Amino acid sequence: MKQIDAEILKIEPVAKDIFRLTLKAPDIAEAAAPGQFVMIRPVSGFDPLLPRPFSLHDWSEKQGTIVILFRVVGKGTGILAQSRHGRKLQVVGPLGKGFDITSAESVCLVGGGIGIAPLLGLAKRLPEADAYNEIAVLLGGASGEELAPLAECLDIPGLAVRLATDDGTLGHHGVVTDLMENHMTRDRDWLVLSCGPMPMLKAVAHLCRKNGWPCQVSLESVMACGMGVCLGCAVKSPAGNGHEGYLHVCKDGPVFWESDVAW
Amino acid sequence: MVRGKPDLEIKIGGLVLKNPVLTASGTFGYGREFASLVDPADLGAVVVKGISLEPRSGNPPPRIVETPCGMLNAIGLENVGVEKFVSEKLPFLRENGVCVIVNILGDSVEEYGRLAEILDNAPGIHAIEVNISCPNVKQGGVAFGLDPEAARAVTAEVRKKCSLPVIIKLSPNVTDITSIARAAEDGGADGVSLINTLQGMAIDIQTRKPRLANVIGGLSGPAIRPVALRMVWQTAKAVSVPVLGVGGITTPEDALEFLIAGASAVQIGTGNFINPRATIQVIEGIEKYLIEHDMNSIHDLIGSLNG
Repeated sequence: MKQIDAEILKIEPVAKDIFRLTLKAPDIAEAAAPGQFVMIRPVSGFDPLLPRPFSLHDWSEKQGTIVILFRVVGKGTGILAQSRHGRKLQVVGPLGKGFDITSAESVCLVGGGIGIAPLLGLAKRLPEADAYNEIAVLLGGASGEELAPLAECLDIPGLAVRLATDDGTLGHHGVVTDLMENHMTRDRDWLVLSCGPMPMLKAVAHLCRKNGWPCQVSLESVMACGMGVCLGCAVKSPAGNGHEGYLHVCKDGPVFWESDVAW
Repeated sequence: MVRGKPDLEIKIGGLVLKNPVLTASGTFGYGREFASLVDPADLGAVVVKGISLEPRSGNPPPRIVETPCGMLNAIGLENVGVEKFVSEKLPFLRENGVCVIVNILGDSVEEYGRLAEILDNAPGIHAIEVNISCPNVKQGGVAFGLDPEAARAVTAEVRKKCSLPVIIKLSPNVTDITSIARAAEDGGADGVSLINTLQGMAIDIQTRKPRLANVIGGLSGPAIRPVALRMVWQTAKAVSVPVLGVGGITTPEDALEFLIAGASAVQIGTGNFINPRATIQVIEGIEKYLIEHDMNSIHDLIGSLNG
């Protein structure tokens, strides 16, 4: 974990209210793993006060860069979106526990909305494709207008991406769990790796449980420190699994086994 | 003229701190969490997250919300409990030569006494900070922080049960903080630290729900700094034991204000979240200020407010 003043190399609009930020951060790029995050302070003053957590969308050890994909949701992200290249931002990372991709026969990446952000860095770093029988990528969103540019961010050669939208304007008319049910054949040992809004993750976790698919979810939370100190990012854990009530998104996650979360 | 580095040492009871910059309880974990960014042995002391006799799981989320130049928290004193602290958290601090101050909290005078007794026998602890001021649990010790007689009683009990220096952490949610500070001094405190968080609240106007599950939380950060500074100034005049200033200190300039107002040391809390290296930068900044102002010792600065 490092604290650096990272220079903004590029900031590009991807879609309405969605931006891709590239930062010079060699020490962080070198240590990063899929599913980890960084804390970025949008201003050097005190309003907004706290750094914000962002999952690592991608990174390049060779170029010494990290890439963040974010949606403007409030003051902090609004200021970030208006930042120009050359500006320096306080960045701490890489933080947290990412995806565990050590063993699986087939992998299904499931993303919703801006939750697709960590899936690029993950997809690019899955062990050689032939180690798996199949890598499936299933994405959901509200509309084609929202989902199309996000899906483009996951455009990796050799990776088939399937889409679902709530309003049917792109891909399957329905939700991402419909795609899972249609696509994930029973004859394979699947590992599901998922990131998205809480209701979607809950539905994904429920479906995985029903079908016996092991599933990891990347959770989002408000947090002040990002390193297990403020204890602000508590998430309820089921009774009797040895976690004394609450886990913390920043330190125990952001990626959890679905069975460790009290849905 | 070639001068040596200015003397930053301060004393609390029999404890000598190498510099006057500490971490505030609950903002630096058990010291290890920040270790790759800050060497905790470089700090005056690390005040660890509040410890109770039994582990506590804390309040349901949401536990924190940001407000202008501040944050509200209602963590609910989540901690590993004293037994696990001593067996699992303390060894790292001891082995790394960290000056450790253990913040304790209880529901009764006896519980505070029992904690002091246990910690007195654990090697590697340099002082106790008694939390009589957490606003976020029904019995978070706050009752002791609101009444001078209760504050005196709990201080006397902790004093009786341990040989370590005892610091009492005071609540700002009182009419006259100096009366509580004097009661702590009467009870045998070696120092007082102030302020803990100010009680506050925030509402989501769309859902018309409180932003914290606990409804009420403690406000910290730069927003409370002027209030903390005023209380530190008043308290430093009212007691003869060292005052540790806490409340929104993030930069060297902030810390200097508190020292000038009469604080013998400062604690950095929410500042650690804003800038994890805040403590180190504050130490460097104080040293630089002393050199620039031709002061040989931090004691030339403490309480040097001009009328």
